[in-house]
Amino acid sequence: MKSISDLLGEHPFFEGLPPEALELISGCGTNVHFDADATIISEDEPADVFYVLRSGRVALEVATPRRGPLVIETVGPGEILGVSWLLPPYRWTFDGRATISTSAVALDAACLRQKCDQDPVLGYEMYKRFAALVRDRLQATRLQLVDFYGNNAS
Amino acid sequence: MTPRMYEVVARRDDLPDTVTLTLAPVDEQCPTPAIGQFNMLWAFGIGEAPISLAGFENGHLIHTIRRVGAVTNSLAASTTGDQIGVRGPYGTGWDLTRAAGRDVLVVAGGLGLAPVRPIITELFANRSSYGRAVLLVGARTPDALLYRDELEQWRGRLDIEVEVTVDSATPSWRGDVGVVTRLVERAPIDPENTTAFVCGPEVMMRFAAVSVVDRGVPAAEVMLSLERNMHCAIGHCGHCQLGPEFICKDGPVVPWPRVKPLLRVAER
Repeated sequence: MKSISDLLGEHPFFEGLPPEALELISGCGTNVHFDADATIISEDEPADVFYVLRSGRVALEVATPRRGPLVIETVGPGEILGVSWLLPPYRWTFDGRATISTSAVALDAACLRQKCDQDPVLGYEMYKRFAALVRDRLQATRLQLVDFYGNNAS
Repeated sequence: MTPRMYEVVARRDDLPDTVTLTLAPVDEQCPTPAIGQFNMLWAFGIGEAPISLAGFENGHLIHTIRRVGAVTNSLAASTTGDQIGVRGPYGTGWDLTRAAGRDVLVVAGGLGLAPVRPIITELFANRSSYGRAVLLVGARTPDALLYRDELEQWRGRLDIEVEVTVDSATPSWRGDVGVVTRLVERAPIDPENTTAFVCGPEVMMRFAAVSVVDRGVPAAEVMLSLERNMHCAIGHCGHCQLGPEFICKDGPVVPWPRVKPLLRVAER
């Protein structure tokens, strides 16, 4: 059975991190599994964890009174679920629901923030990686706003 | 330049505004097309429209047509037994010879799945000639997905990876939600040994091509199929001119590096 450190080492988000950093981060991690339709994160709840997705798919949703939940985007294997743990007020902005059976490593946010504070080199590296992730998602969202397939974009 | 007569032998309603017609020659047939080429389809009394080939099977032309104006409205209203004029085939095709032995990445958005459909057919016909095959499909919503039945069939095969994403969806949609460029990031390819074929709305192709190159695919191995205002289809009238390129004859399939600087130029 693979250790948390091994699992993190295989994940693209942690690619290139030295083994000692992986070992340090893995101390905040646990293996988790969610059945299809399980709620993983809920809007306005404390963002005290984030998920390193290994398999499955998670839909980020926003609840609307008339149209029901609207899916904003999905994340899957090789991706990260959750960035709200990085900065105050540490609350989820959206709901996250497993659309299919999903496995992940859950990393305790307070634990990791503390390790990043104690080890600024690790902290800087983690924040750089999350900044790139946020940039990519911001760009993807902007492209969604362009509405490629609408008449105005052609 | 004189159209040849073809008869509609099959019609399929793909989407509320999109149909696929199968055309058989009435007498003299057009030359055999290369995959990726287009024909000028003539709605008699109304005009012509350039339509990519979505297939060529047993001498029959397969064209998927979206209603966007008078000509395509008329063509899309055709039923079995109706006759259509066909000029073509025109333009450059998808060069699959360069992909031999390499991984093949196909990125299609919206109606752009139609011009790349012959690539998928070719991959299946000569599967051992290529490395891994990956098809990434984007659409606005699940209801706007073209060739849904075929996508289901292709997804069931073990020799091609098919990923589908939509820009927006309700919870009943179990697939991916997000722009098609995000699928490129996790496509299972060996980037340096990959040839990519991209087709869809021009803005989508621009960003998809950038994503593919960012993944490590050599820019020269990224091919796009452009759509411009084609009239004569033989490079005389200039309507489809894009910088130094006449898209009707220098395209529609063009290498990304050649058109990259031109794609932000507004069409006149």
